[in-house]
Amino acid sequence: MSETLATRDGPSVNRRAFFVGGAALVLAASLPMGSRIARAAAATFEPNAFIRIGEDGRIGLIMRDVEMGQGIWTGASMLMAEELDVGLDQVTADFAPPNEKLYANPVLGMQATGGSTSIRADWSDLRRAAATARAALVQAAAKKWNVDPSGCSVTRGMVTHAASGRSATYASLVPLAATLPLPKDAPLKDPKAWTLIGTSQKRLDTPDKVRGKTVYGIDVQLPDMKIATVALCPVLGGKLVRLADDAARQIAGVRDVLRLDNAVAVVGDHFWAAKQGLDALDIEWDFGPNAGLNQAQIVKGHADASSGDGIVARLVGDPETAIARAAVKLDAIYQLPFLSHAPMEPINCTVHVRPDGAEVWCGTQVPARAQAEAAAATGLSADKVTVHNHMLGGGFGRRLEAEYVGITASFAKQVPYPLKMIWTRETDIRHDRYRPYYYDRIAAGLDAEGRIISWTHKVTGSSVTARWAPPGMRKNGIDPDAVECAEETPYDIASLRVSWVRHEPPGVVTAWWRGVGPAHNIFVVESFVDELAAAAKRDPVAFRRSLLHKNPRALGVLELAAEKSGWGSPLPKNVGRGVMVQFAFGSFLSVVCEVEVSPASEFRLRRIVAAMDCGQAVNPDSVRAQLEGGLVFGMTAALYGEITLDRGRVQQSNFNSYRMLRMDETPPIEVHLVNSTETPGGLGETGCAAAFPALANAVYAATGQRLRRLPLNLPREATG
Amino acid sequence: MLTLTINGEDRQLDVAEDVPLLWVLRDVAGLTGTKFGCGVALCGACTIHLDGQPVRSCVMAAGGAVGRKITTIEAIGESDAGAKIQQAWLALEVVQCGYCQSGQIMSAAALLAANPQPSDADIDAAMSGNICRCGTYRRIRAAIKQAAAV
Repeated sequence: MSETLATRDGPSVNRRAFFVGGAALVLAASLPMGSRIARAAAATFEPNAFIRIGEDGRIGLIMRDVEMGQGIWTGASMLMAEELDVGLDQVTADFAPPNEKLYANPVLGMQATGGSTSIRADWSDLRRAAATARAALVQAAAKKWNVDPSGCSVTRGMVTHAASGRSATYASLVPLAATLPLPKDAPLKDPKAWTLIGTSQKRLDTPDKVRGKTVYGIDVQLPDMKIATVALCPVLGGKLVRLADDAARQIAGVRDVLRLDNAVAVVGDHFWAAKQGLDALDIEWDFGPNAGLNQAQIVKGHADASSGDGIVARLVGDPETAIARAAVKLDAIYQLPFLSHAPMEPINCTVHVRPDGAEVWCGTQVPARAQAEAAAATGLSADKVTVHNHMLGGGFGRRLEAEYVGITASFAKQVPYPLKMIWTRETDIRHDRYRPYYYDRIAAGLDAEGRIISWTHKVTGSSVTARWAPPGMRKNGIDPDAVECAEETPYDIASLRVSWVRHEPPGVVTAWWRGVGPAHNIFVVESFVDELAAAAKRDPVAFRRSLLHKNPRALGVLELAAEKSGWGSPLPKNVGRGVMVQFAFGSFLSVVCEVEVSPASEFRLRRIVAAMDCGQAVNPDSVRAQLEGGLVFGMTAALYGEITLDRGRVQQSNFNSYRMLRMDETPPIEVHLVNSTETPGGLGETGCAAAFPALANAVYAATGQRLRRLPLNLPREATG
Repeated sequence: MLTLTINGEDRQLDVAEDVPLLWVLRDVAGLTGTKFGCGVALCGACTIHLDGQPVRSCVMAAGGAVGRKITTIEAIGESDAGAKIQQAWLALEVVQCGYCQSGQIMSAAALLAANPQPSDADIDAAMSGNICRCGTYRRIRAAIKQAAAV
């Protein structure tokens, strides 16, 4: 920290290189400060971009992170309430407006919520912001009373000077605090004095959610608003050729039919009218260059590309020479499918374009990008576009894309009224941006003692980073996401080469999906380590243990998961246990999964045991909830998740063809947390990443069949 | 013009009989607590009660609800089972993104009203039509059991 908070009054943010979900947490070297002029005029105390204390006693906390179910509004509020010495019941969480300067996540280098980075970014930033605010309010009280600030204490927003028996609320101190210079180097609390951090607190957002009162983007209601639904060209890159809309316009409640180069929207008084109108359209498309594309071509494209050399991400020693003296040699190919996000709230957006500006109502993980999309679509400057963000009915990476805001704005600028566009579930799945297909070649050699002496892993797939955040690419052309958790595994490996071949398949746009790079690579690495254990005729836990002697936290969660799962105890016939261990998103996790394989080769999950060391847990119950939910999300994809193309079109469309795990398929999930005071790690994506190999390894244990493709399906001949 | 009895109130709504109840509730009556998830009764997000029975409102024509009692998430807390379910949901912190939870709560409240001591198999049967993408199923199961124990 080269500058103290008090010397900073500008909007400059120390922008770091983009870094998704990695361990190399770098904290911002500065906190954006609010404008002092605005502060004085508004009669609120605004020491920084995150805290607004009013004379009316309102303590507003501005949420840099969006709430999409992960509990961050509560976690971030806990961090600030802790250092402000106020109760969690005294604060109000508010949406941050689009502002890359004030609200960029310092780990990601942009205003985005993703990569399981929120708590890691907030841990220092938000506590420091709150500690400074508290010190400023105490300083104001001390000045008012002409006493030494060190003699003052704070409880629930009440400053007390015990020696003189005086006290004052934060609210009463606001006018004075707003005029004083901010204190420098306000200390953070001693962890022993914490009353919130490390305790399970009730979430701030749930009371409204259980009563149906929360307004998601799709719930926005405005005067004169009309509702649209859309047909997008079924093949990426195609165009609208001809449209006959006479029948649609005859339908009761249909108000308008609007067109873009590659899309048609029908506007109605309500969604059903719009949908009936859309179904009545006669549309002719030119499907364009991808009209003949099918899944076999996409897979072959990846397979062919994977024979290339690629770019080396990490090289340790000489794995090619070392393999020659290996006692056990193994190689394999792993493949992962395209995946859709399918958040329960289908994609939607509401836009009202007026001559002098536009307003956008939506749920987004990237508010400033949403603003930029609407600005580009309408030709307005960004400062003329107001974005109202909302609670998200699921994100999972889908709402890191803002193209739907641009599409809505392109339609909305054709009409004078506010236009709410709701995609059908079919459109949501068929016009998603998908988790990349991956084709991985991996090989390793063990010496006679079972040590890994050679390891080569070549990833082939699309680069999300290159499209979404080009500055995040390494100078040598590596997409760090494509090799994350491949170039660094938890294990002691004597020689290693990890490389990446970039291959951009036609017909799809690839995007972030919960678990990002780690979910892909951990499946490959942990499945292959299991293969090595089997080849060495070693128990999967014992084999991993022998490779983790330099990694005590990874070893710790492995031992804990093994113990709690009863690893090694007898199981019924056709039941297997699989284990995995990972270090991803700053947290250590080991999962043991039990699966039963039916005579019809169907998988039934019996039990999942997770052992997590995420450092200091801020809200332990939320940590457990994220693990439970992440595991279900990952198991869903491991069992069912697959997007395929035929004639350039996505073949899946709704929850019948893109299946979700349901209540009757979800097993007991136990989460065991390691007590730790280490810096907090990320959580939201950890369980998802762990699920794939835990299940694949359990299937192997149950059947002897090694499944190297997701989703997991036993070959027909294995049934019996 | 349709007259529907929604949460104990008679509402005159200018909409055709064949419009699904979901869109009448959301876009005409302005009650947005009931959610759109799939449109074809695959996910349960739109679950409401019709005379106390859980119904997928996305495939239920509004005309079919004339003369019957419609209850939505906005009013389910006025019933004994609904209040218990909401309390258990809060006590066990079931909710994540919350979008599916209106439907989950409506399905659970109907289950509890009809079956005060549901078994695991009863819960599977009543709740497996409700998808939760955040994966809160284990807590939903535990919360139903907790509500049943009150």
